[in-house]
Amino acid sequence: MTGAEIANANLLIDLSLLTMLVLVAFFMVRSRHLFAIVMLSGIYSLLSAAFFVSLDAVDVAFTEAAVGAGVSTVLMLAAMLLTTRREKPIIAGRSPIALLVAVLVGAALIYATLDMPAFGDAAAPANSYIGAAYVERTAQEIAVPNIVTAVLASYRGFDTLGETMVIFTAGLGVIMLLGAGSARGGRPVSDVGEDEKGGANEKGRA
Amino acid sequence: MFAVATAAILVAMLLALVRAFAGPTLYDRVLAGNSFGTKTVILIGLMGYLAGRPDFLDISLLYALLNFASTIAILKFFRYRTLSISLDGPGADAPRFEERDVE
Repeated sequence: MTGAEIANANLLIDLSLLTMLVLVAFFMVRSRHLFAIVMLSGIYSLLSAAFFVSLDAVDVAFTEAAVGAGVSTVLMLAAMLLTTRREKPIIAGRSPIALLVAVLVGAALIYATLDMPAFGDAAAPANSYIGAAYVERTAQEIAVPNIVTAVLASYRGFDTLGETMVIFTAGLGVIMLLGAGSARGGRPVSDVGEDEKGGANEKGRA
Repeated sequence: MFAVATAAILVAMLLALVRAFAGPTLYDRVLAGNSFGTKTVILIGLMGYLAGRPDFLDISLLYALLNFASTIAILKFFRYRTLSISLDGPGADAPRFEERDVE
């Protein structure tokens, strides 16, 4: 295939993926069935992961598939099992002021995107100053074939280490707040004086 | 040939979406999500060959593994209501799946 044909095919794939994204988002907003919403959010993550691959952002796509479609679907299911199966119907009156604010903010945001450089523009700020320097210097300075990995793990390695420590501390804090029983699947812990704590867990699983 | 296959996969994705929207039972939606993941795997592989550089084929292999694992996790969650099973035997103290859960 020639370059123009590949570009056309990519455009068609992108358009269909984005159309399906809009459809899924619309049904997620309209649906009152919580399990359907959880499954649709997994499908939404898969769709956006495919779209990221189409944009050549493979690392972002992989994170999106692992976190969005994998882990957070299970976490949403765990949260859903603690509540009802259906969202309560909301009888909302029409409020023209809210619609007006939403339309105005949306229009302002779309107007702001007009100032952004075109996708893949060689003269864009992201591609011209420091980005070009990283592309040139990574090969001899770090010798890692993937430039994104080189930037993440070497050029800003201390920053990444700090981020990892913050997330690890947050996870430790959540586990300590929820208690050891929740980490073992919500079973009450039979230590001294722990019996009254098990009641809430049992209620959640009933 | 790859273009035709890609178009067919996109149509199949749309059909899986229709099943996920329509339901009506829980298993229809689990199956729709799983088959949508499979379609994503195939689409990523096809996009690589369509552009003439199938370097990202290993990514689609990883997606296939992830899709399998997350479907197992979802089904296991509905069977046992928890992600960790007690060693006393399956379902010794966990509630069984009930008919009222299927809507």
